[in-house]
Amino acid sequence: MTLATETTGTKASNEVVRGAFDLDWRDLIRTGAILAAGLVFLSLTGMPEGLDSRVLIDPFLSLGYVSLFWLPLIVGWSVANEKVLEGMAATRKSARDVVAGGVVGAVGGAGLSLLIALISTFDIRDPLVNWNESTQAFLSFQQGTSFGIVACIALCAGLGAFGASLHLMPRKVRRAVVSALLAVVAVAIFESFLVDVADPLSFLYSKTGGLIPLWAVMVGVAALAFTLLGGGDRIGKARSNYQTLTGPAKAKQDTILIVLSVLALIIIPMITGKITQELLANVGIFLLLALGLNIVVGLAGILDLGYVAFFAVGGYTTAVLTSPNRGPDWPEWFPTMPWWGAFLVTLLMAGLVGLFIGAPVIRMRGDYLAIVTLGFGEIIRILFLSDWLNGYFNGAQGITNIPPADFGLFEVKGTDPRSVFYLVLVFAAISIYVSWRLERSRLGRAWMAVREDESVAEAMGINTVNVKLMAFVVGAVLASFAGSVFSAKVGSIFPTSFLILVSIIILVIVIVGGMGNIVGIIVGSVVLVGILGGPKQPGLLAEFSEYKLLIYGALLIWMMLQRPEGLVPNARRSRELHQDEFLQDAWLKGKVDDADENGNGAENGDVAPGLAGGAS
Amino acid sequence: MSHLLEIDSLSVTFGGLHALKDLDFHVDEGEIVGVIGPNGAGKTTFFNMISGMVTPTSGDIRFEGESLVGFDPNQVTQRGIARTFQNVRLFANMTILENVMVSQHCRTKQGIWGSLLNTSGFRKEEQEIREHAEKVLGFFGSRLVGFRLEQPASVLSYANRRRLEIARAMATSPKLILLDEPVAGMNPKESVELTELIGKLRSEWGFTIVLIEHDMNVVRDVSDRVVCLDHGETLAQGSFEEVSNDPAVIEAYLGRPLEKKA
Ligand SMILES: Nc1ncnc2c1ncn2[C@@H]1O[C@H](COP(=O)(O)OP(=O)(O)OP(=O)(O)O)[C@@H](O)[C@H]1O
Ligand SMILES: [Mg+2]
Repeated sequence: MTLATETTGTKASNEVVRGAFDLDWRDLIRTGAILAAGLVFLSLTGMPEGLDSRVLIDPFLSLGYVSLFWLPLIVGWSVANEKVLEGMAATRKSARDVVAGGVVGAVGGAGLSLLIALISTFDIRDPLVNWNESTQAFLSFQQGTSFGIVACIALCAGLGAFGASLHLMPRKVRRAVVSALLAVVAVAIFESFLVDVADPLSFLYSKTGGLIPLWAVMVGVAALAFTLLGGGDRIGKARSNYQTLTGPAKAKQDTILIVLSVLALIIIPMITGKITQELLANVGIFLLLALGLNIVVGLAGILDLGYVAFFAVGGYTTAVLTSPNRGPDWPEWFPTMPWWGAFLVTLLMAGLVGLFIGAPVIRMRGDYLAIVTLGFGEIIRILFLSDWLNGYFNGAQGITNIPPADFGLFEVKGTDPRSVFYLVLVFAAISIYVSWRLERSRLGRAWMAVREDESVAEAMGINTVNVKLMAFVVGAVLASFAGSVFSAKVGSIFPTSFLILVSIIILVIVIVGGMGNIVGIIVGSVVLVGILGGPKQPGLLAEFSEYKLLIYGALLIWMMLQRPEGLVPNARRSRELHQDEFLQDAWLKGKVDDADENGNGAENGDVAPGLAGGAS
Repeated sequence: MSHLLEIDSLSVTFGGLHALKDLDFHVDEGEIVGVIGPNGAGKTTFFNMISGMVTPTSGDIRFEGESLVGFDPNQVTQRGIARTFQNVRLFANMTILENVMVSQHCRTKQGIWGSLLNTSGFRKEEQEIREHAEKVLGFFGSRLVGFRLEQPASVLSYANRRRLEIARAMATSPKLILLDEPVAGMNPKESVELTELIGKLRSEWGFTIVLIEHDMNVVRDVSDRVVCLDHGETLAQGSFEEVSNDPAVIEAYLGRPLEKKA
């Protein structure tokens, strides 16, 4: 109370102070502590410091600082954010929310300051390799520890307050500010990509890398203007228009969209440089894998953690059939054939291996099946690596000298990523077609039934073993597409090309994109492999590749908490995962059971019990 | 004449628990048989065993003269026995239409190639599956058709979920349908209506029916014959009047006369 009387000044500051007493301090301190832990953890991973050399805006801002200090901004925003409950007015945002954001930011910044101070006091470099002077210098902005200690608190408090203050802005202004910030960061981060796509753009960047400040401002202003003039609204409107379409109108729109995107995909690699082509080829290969796994996991609900096995079988079969260096023990008569011949054999082989692995595994359910497939994934790789089959697959030396895929008119080879991309595009089209057809067929429905409830599916006359085995085999064949192309692309394959990490990344693509949804899978592969990078392939954010797994993990956790249905949700999956909310909404809208009203059950009152049963 | 379904001294044990003991049972074609008994009597286990979800410890089940012992549930359904579940188990995230379409799986045969090449055979079969599904759903009036077709089963009210369960069983084109407490959770009005429909299942669709039910009005109204189970054994068998007046049955239901509710 004394504090309040002391600082009574203008009416506004009075309100702020009173607001400050209304704040839930315990909660703020707790959130701040979590933020502090996050910041310290991130600093100690070494990522921000490692990325310091990558300049975003010459010479002020490096990717290192962005990769660390986005955190207080977001936390500040979310502290002031609240869930609006149905039927309740949202409380008006006021200066006290900004105070809250600032407090949380300051507590978080204090964590960093503590780290700066402790680095010179204690030495625990042994477990924590990044507990060193260069981290300290990075966090102190190279200005000495005492400056750093103050600066961290101030900066984080400022960012937290700024994040919170976004809520105070009118909607339109807020969107404009956010898009301007994002645009500047994106243009700066994607420097090499943008220059590769359109060389003339290089005037934006300084010679040593990074946006030239003047142009950074221009980009921000351009994005600001675009949003303020309603550009974003129009896109949003077009999208919601599209989503409400049904029947033939939708079919027409879909056809137009598909034709346009295919055209775009054919034209883009012609005008871009090698880096982008390579990137697209890698995205395509992982897309092929993800589409296959989507049938197994997304449609049939079989959690296969060893999917890389089929990729490996595809890759090795093609390699063995085409390369002169395939290993000495193959018999004389064993043929060497052109790529397309090998490809056909590969499909057959993958199908057989799928059957062979699937037959014993498929009778298991859920977790057991996941563990066993995980094992099989490793077994296949270790077989290729083993001394026992060394004469056939050259063990760790792998199979080299795999010739390019020769189609007479043109060749598909690794040094020409564009050709690889076109081949992948053809296969992706095939895989998409297969997924799309099967999903709407007798078999697809049986897969869904098995995913929903295996014992009931069985009782409804579905031979679940056969049906699941079919999913396994189709998945295996689709994976071998990717394996075959991969062989021709890289020209040499090794057991280490097929680590378990590949399985995991494919699964993450499927989950992050949105299980059981083809568009989701495409988005997932672009985001994960294209932007972050595949297990060995660099993505657009090549700088992050060392910390890829950290980011994958964080992304996965965030997704599971906030958006379990994936980036592009499938209506069905979404329902499955938000069933309670869905029923709740339906109940609030009073819409659930209108069919009974036109019958003789208007007064029967079965609506509420039915719902209560479903929602509880 | 041999019976449609014939069960000979059949036993099921779970660990030490005798869920069914030396049970003899038969159904003739075109019959509606009611199975009653107190909670835990083994009624659901009895159905699970016929439909192949539980393997009997000893004894024999014959359907149209063929032994079903050791069959997978899907083989039993293929032979012509369909069932519903006491604790409604729909494919909650599939649409109502898909729920009924998918249960025609064992009566159809198009595989991967048909659907990939979109052959005329495939299109024709899809068309037939859909028509049959709509016909089956139409059996329940307007409740499960129209805009409902494309809705997920999870939005249905409890009573409609029960109806969809029956529709799903009907769609497998069975000879014998096992209904496990079809009116549980329905109000009296709906019970009466469904009772009528059960009668029609026989008269219009030609199904033979065995139903488990706790609602004695329903059992009295539809059953030709009633079997009362208790502790896994047949307590009494015969017409509804005979069984409901049987002292042992009244005893099993804690001395409550069964007509009290009527
Ligand atoms: N899978 C199982 N494992 C062990 N015990 C079981 C199993 N299924 C049923 N039982 C037991 O068998 C007995 C009979 O159960 P059942 O479900 O057949 O009874 P019910 O007559 O259908 O009863 P209700 O009228 O409550 O549905 C019960 O004691 C039950 O606990
Ligand atoms: Mg029961």
